[in-house]
Amino acid sequence: MTVAIRDGLKVWQRRERAAQFAIWAAWLVGVAVLVVSWSFISEKTIWPFVLDAPQQAADLGVRMVPPDWSSIGQLWRPMWDTINMATLGTLMGVALAVPVAYCAARNTTPSAVLRPIAMFIIVASRSINSLIWALMLVTIIGPGVLAGMIAIGLRSIGFCAKLLYEAIEEIDESQVEAVRATGASAAQVTAYGVVPQVMPAFAGISVFRWDINIRESTVLGLVGAGGIGLPLNSAITTLAWTKVSLILLVIIASVVLSEWVSAKVRQAII
Amino acid sequence: MLRIRGLTKRYRTGDLALDKIDLDVAQGEVVALIGPSGAGKSTLIRCINRLVEPTAGTIALNGVELTTLGKGALRRARRKLGMIFQEYALVERLTVMENVLSGRLGYVGFWRSYMRKFPQADIDEAFRLLARVGLDHMVDKRADALSGGQRQRVGICRALIQNPDLLLVDEPTASLDPKTSRQIMRLITELCRERNLSAIVNIHDVQLAQMFASRIVGLRQGIIVYDGAPDGLTSDVLTRIYGEEDWSATTKRSPEADEDADHEEPGALEPAPLDRDRMAGLT
Repeated sequence: MTVAIRDGLKVWQRRERAAQFAIWAAWLVGVAVLVVSWSFISEKTIWPFVLDAPQQAADLGVRMVPPDWSSIGQLWRPMWDTINMATLGTLMGVALAVPVAYCAARNTTPSAVLRPIAMFIIVASRSINSLIWALMLVTIIGPGVLAGMIAIGLRSIGFCAKLLYEAIEEIDESQVEAVRATGASAAQVTAYGVVPQVMPAFAGISVFRWDINIRESTVLGLVGAGGIGLPLNSAITTLAWTKVSLILLVIIASVVLSEWVSAKVRQAII
Repeated sequence: MLRIRGLTKRYRTGDLALDKIDLDVAQGEVVALIGPSGAGKSTLIRCINRLVEPTAGTIALNGVELTTLGKGALRRARRKLGMIFQEYALVERLTVMENVLSGRLGYVGFWRSYMRKFPQADIDEAFRLLARVGLDHMVDKRADALSGGQRQRVGICRALIQNPDLLLVDEPTASLDPKTSRQIMRLITELCRERNLSAIVNIHDVQLAQMFASRIVGLRQGIIVYDGAPDGLTSDVLTRIYGEEDWSATTKRSPEADEDADHEEPGALEPAPLDRDRMAGLT
């Protein structure tokens, strides 16, 4: 009991004694695990390599400066591919996420059989990183932008569907009930009762995912799925560090731009 | 017109919300349904348009049995049952006009409604109704930009544009201040009189019920314990409905309330333009 009688006084404590001990024990175990893991990592580390890390980093830094601005002309095309890959992939993912979310939300799902299937699609899509999707797709449909676009799309389905179905489950049911009470059909109830309520969430989720996808699509070239990752990969393997630094700058610039665009769009919608 | 026999509702939790209710409502009659929270008032009116499925009993509207209707037939029957809600239940992100026109969804096909291409006759009627309740200058406002009283007026328009035979009104004044409450109740009863409409009004406020309804039905634990004239609500009757309490302040209708009901808005029955300015100022 959190309330106990001691010396005739009614005292109150936040937790029972047993619960308090359990919490202390949990903290103890947590700290012990941290200490053991740290010592394990330390044993496996070659410390001389780590100790000269500052020199190595400084050395690499020196070799990266100044960026090789002359090669920037060759980067526009792969950058354009990257942005296209992200945008088309997002469109594909969002388009597929809408029906999945509709089936996954408890209050709109057409049948109890479809709901677990939709949930499985969401989990499957979310648990596989887009880099791994790209790796598989490159072997299936060959290298290029198409593989990257589909990889981005498949990864986006789960993310968008999960956030969207949570938004659908949070809508105000009385508005839906009111539309149903007018004698509207099921499709009309969705269009008038559900869609207006989830529209801001839907727009926000799509733009947010597009912003993430711009960043993800920059690395997909590393596995042959097209975009800015391809020249980055070849620059690293040929040790052309001035080129690498230029590509990294271009990537940073595009990510900043996409963040700015998505922030503006979200502001305009909400 | 409406004929309810042996209506019973038992929720899946086992709670018996309605216990063999018999109720008749005549054409043009405004019935106030009073009773404590949990007495089954909301369940009763939701059983009529089957937002809640009744467990047993029959409900006939103008001779049509509602409880056994299939999906399509139920949708057609719902068009004749206008409903007004406690928290207005407007679609907040749609405009006033879209909310009013949503009352026509049962008559218009999906694509026409989705593209907002409602028949001109519906739009004419929407403008007429909005003018009648004093909101024709707010057509393009979004519902969430309106005050409580204005929202409830839009809710009334949405119910009336269905061209219903019966209005189901669920606590229309529960979220409104006393003055707006009276205006809304007056508007509902006036509109019922104009159109010879019947209405069942769930209401918590006994004095408001007495003021505006022609008949009072008292519900307690799913059973009708009073059915009669507003004047018949004595201390004994109120105790039967709500339980033991000092009812003297409620039964002895204050002279101030009487005066208010009779004289406050002498021009209330007059049509639009005058109405609009007056109501816009008040809400």
